[in-house]
Amino acid sequence: MAEASYPGDLKYHAEHDWARIDGDEATFGITWYAQDALGEVVFFEAPAVGTTVSKDEAYTEVESVKAVSDVIAPLSGEIVAVNEELAATPETINEDPYGAGWLVKVQLSDPSEVESLMDASAYEASLE
Amino acid sequence: MSTQSQRPSARWFTNAADDEKTIYERSRPGRRAFVAPPSGVPERPLDELIPARLRRAEPPRLPEVSEPEIVRHYNRLSKRNFDLDTGFYPLGSCTMKHNPKLHERVAALPGHARLHPLQDPEHAQGALELMWRLQEALSEIAGLPHVSLQPSAGSHGELAGVLLTRAYHEDRGEHRTKVLTPDTAHGTNPATVTMAGYEVVKVGTDARGNVDLDDLRAKASDDVACLMLTNPSTLGLFESGIEEIAEVMHGVGATLYYDGANLNAIMGICRPGDMGFDIVHFNLHKTFTQPHGGGGPGAGPIAVSERIEPFLPRPQVVRRDPGASGNGAEPEPEGMRGVPPRMYDLDYDRPKSIGRLRGFQGNYGVFVRSYAYIRSLGAAGLREASEVAVLNANYLLARLRQEGVLELLPVAYDRLCMHEFVLSGAPMKRELEIKTLDLAKRLLDHGVHPPTVYFPLVVEEALMVEPTETETRETLDAFAATVAEVLREAREDPEIALGAPYSTPVRRLDEATAARRPIVRQPL
Amino acid sequence: MSRYTSVTDADLREMLATIGLGSVAELFADIPQALRLDRSLALEEGLSEQEVYAELRALAERNVSTDDEISFLGGGMYDHYVPAIVDSIISRSEFLTPYTPYQPEISQGGLQAMFEYQTAISELTGLPVSNASVYEGPSAVAAAGYVAKLHNGRRRFVVSSGVHPHSIETLSTLARGWGMDVEVIELEDGVTNLDNLAPSAFGEDLSALVIQQPNFLGAIEDLEALATAAHAAGALVICAADPIPLALLRPPGEQGADIVVGEGQTLGNRLDFGGPSFGFFAVTEELIRRVPGRIAGETRDLDGKRGFVLTLQTREQHIRRERATSNICTAQALNALAGVIYLSWLGSRGIVELAELLAQRTAYARDQLAAIPGVSLPHSQPVVREFPIAVDGDVELVIAHCRANGINPGYRLGPDHPNWLLVAITELRTKVEIDRLAEVLGAAVAAERERVPA
Repeated sequence: MAEASYPGDLKYHAEHDWARIDGDEATFGITWYAQDALGEVVFFEAPAVGTTVSKDEAYTEVESVKAVSDVIAPLSGEIVAVNEELAATPETINEDPYGAGWLVKVQLSDPSEVESLMDASAYEASLE
Repeated sequence: MSTQSQRPSARWFTNAADDEKTIYERSRPGRRAFVAPPSGVPERPLDELIPARLRRAEPPRLPEVSEPEIVRHYNRLSKRNFDLDTGFYPLGSCTMKHNPKLHERVAALPGHARLHPLQDPEHAQGALELMWRLQEALSEIAGLPHVSLQPSAGSHGELAGVLLTRAYHEDRGEHRTKVLTPDTAHGTNPATVTMAGYEVVKVGTDARGNVDLDDLRAKASDDVACLMLTNPSTLGLFESGIEEIAEVMHGVGATLYYDGANLNAIMGICRPGDMGFDIVHFNLHKTFTQPHGGGGPGAGPIAVSERIEPFLPRPQVVRRDPGASGNGAEPEPEGMRGVPPRMYDLDYDRPKSIGRLRGFQGNYGVFVRSYAYIRSLGAAGLREASEVAVLNANYLLARLRQEGVLELLPVAYDRLCMHEFVLSGAPMKRELEIKTLDLAKRLLDHGVHPPTVYFPLVVEEALMVEPTETETRETLDAFAATVAEVLREAREDPEIALGAPYSTPVRRLDEATAARRPIVRQPL
Repeated sequence: MSRYTSVTDADLREMLATIGLGSVAELFADIPQALRLDRSLALEEGLSEQEVYAELRALAERNVSTDDEISFLGGGMYDHYVPAIVDSIISRSEFLTPYTPYQPEISQGGLQAMFEYQTAISELTGLPVSNASVYEGPSAVAAAGYVAKLHNGRRRFVVSSGVHPHSIETLSTLARGWGMDVEVIELEDGVTNLDNLAPSAFGEDLSALVIQQPNFLGAIEDLEALATAAHAAGALVICAADPIPLALLRPPGEQGADIVVGEGQTLGNRLDFGGPSFGFFAVTEELIRRVPGRIAGETRDLDGKRGFVLTLQTREQHIRRERATSNICTAQALNALAGVIYLSWLGSRGIVELAELLAQRTAYARDQLAAIPGVSLPHSQPVVREFPIAVDGDVELVIAHCRANGINPGYRLGPDHPNWLLVAITELRTKVEIDRLAEVLGAAVAAERERVPA
């Protein structure tokens, strides 16, 4: 994705991760800023379904040609789905970080944590 | 559509399409170079010697070519390489100094080259003496009394150092869990710490480019086993607070490890042992002229203080006084009277040793070359090498300043550098819209190997430059002028650097696809 | 000014003026006075090139090399013939002096040679992924152990005592740092016998089984059965292999080995008193991202031309740092190049012929020596290039007698087997030399038996 974008319907974490809330489930991914800093993503190994993730802690890694980056969970819960397409085409994370480049879907264990996340304008401001 | 500036390339590189073939693609069934001599012995059916169920069904698929084809293939392949004998390599942290040609001649002497590693030490006295003398010389250069030549490369030496640290602490009944490394450390340092079973804790860098002493004091505890430091640092700056650093670390009972990658700046001027380091590793393929070989071989011997000595790898090369008994020497067997006890020996009797880090004695061929270098230069020559290395780096920095380069590529820390310096390409990126990577690629078109890029990590768009002492002034002047020219060109048309290189055997390569869908062998 | 620097007095004046300093001493102003060395290094004066040459030659002459005696020494490195083309190609500046190929556009020679080498190693080992080299054999075994540890996080290695003692020691040295145990299984009748292991050894805490092919006593191991047992326990199988015998033997990769490593010295590298040589390292597809060291990969450039790059670099220390698959940086690129040149020189047919030659001469040598009264065979397993003998008497005296006759009869196996010798055969050991060994050894043993009547 060539132009920076931060969709308004998402919530953002300071470590450059986003969450799309849907009731007590959420989808996670990394922001435009993160994929731009990483460069071309070459490898993503999805964690196993059923894994517990904790807010503010790393739950997996994304690799580019020249760097490896921890991916931080914006919220806590249990992984109920992973994006298996990324094994074959990890570059989707660069091309469509908020859509087809989603990483995992999580059953939230504490939906109140959402309040601690930023909205799009706050996140964008934090990047200055 | 930008103009593509071509440069004549026939001097080093060949660009014919045929040159792209692999040795496998040149193969034709039945061609061969080697023909085995007849066995000469009464032969038995192979099935009797090795049952068929243990044997391969098909021969391994190796190239099938004649000798002239092999020669031509690898010769032409070689011309697709840049190399140090041909041009300048200002690679920071690599010390790409001239590889003296005498060294190949002496390393090839059959007495060295055709010596079996398991030869009885009594019949390898020349080799063991050479190793012992090399140890003595390295010990003097480092200012530490004991040396092991066993590690095969710098990072192997680092591993030895951290394992020695572990053995030292455990011998005292302590089980520490952490090792400190500066955030400017070479990647091998934290990788080594993990391989040795410790946790890495990073220490920050202050505004002068030195280890942040406050951060160090905060993190130094009795759970810290060791601090790994490079001095001068990877920023090319001397750690002026080193005495205090040593005091802090020794105060909590930790060892102090010296990464010798930058030893070229200080030989004969100061010594890590005198600075308080317990363990030092040398890179014989950097400071001591072992040719880099496109990625090895090298060697990473270590020098250690008295308190670390008992834990050194096994075996150690020792010298025994003639006529002395004991010292762990085996008693003379009956019937061997009249044979003098071996003077230089391999000592295996080391009860507290960490054990082995590799087979046999180490990269002896590398020791031969490094020893020849030390004998060639002597005390005065080694000191001069370091002085000129530091002189050349400061001169090159000054010339880059004169050429106006530093306005776009400012030096990361504005103080006297040692044998290398680090520039930041951040202003260049903002103003000219080309990155350090693009500058590096455009330098390739000018027949120069670029400096080290994107290291150390604490400097944005880093460019690390180390000219070494074996370059002439003219080479340094030309390099400064070339960099200035590339910047001028980028100011007019950044597209040129963005698309560089143009004149090399291949253009920029798709590393992303290579990593996503790796092809690491020829399908056959 | 030495012969390698070029700063004249005139240069120095002008360079200092450019820098803006008055003297060389000022360049070192940052170094505290208390740390300065206030004397010269206590090293001898530098010598002229001819003097250095004379000294190095004098040292060489005090070594008894394989040029000076007929040597049957093996034990991990072997006196093979290195063809002249290896020397001539690897002494080229363009292969000898470049740096690691981090700028691939000007390193296609080295990168393509790595790719060709990786292909050849993959063929020999029967595994799809090879790296571009590690240091040598024993540390390759330890590095393989690290891969197993990262892969399954388990606590224990089970190692056959048929694995080279240096490999077992190196693995043990590193395993201590990982908090892992190394359990060694004894050989039986010269080969690894799983029955010698308690059933609990193949439990859930087994990270990897480590075996060698052929083993340290020269015997061919039945890898498949061993691999099956290890996999049933969920462990990895690491096989250390001798490359030339792999021309004849079933590739370990096809018999269940997950990682095949080994000492590459016999592939175009000199003995050099033990180094530098190279280690090869091959793995299954599944383990590709855990491989240590460099890997060359094929790709295309901007114009669509095929080219080669270092790939999967995020495994390595310069990117992944504390989470790297290994700390290895400089490896053995030039020695691996010698390896692929040598393998190209042998070719598919040549390597098989060489291995068959070794097998025939080794069998002959073993028969000849076993026929000597006072010499017995600790095992009669199929062998390819090396075997142990047991001599009746003081083996030191037997060796001394042989050496007095210009023959080094083999490697004395040390305190565990005080009267055993490991005898190695290469293509340089002719029938005449083997017969001479038998003759001289026969006389030595006979003299020993006379000296110490049974």
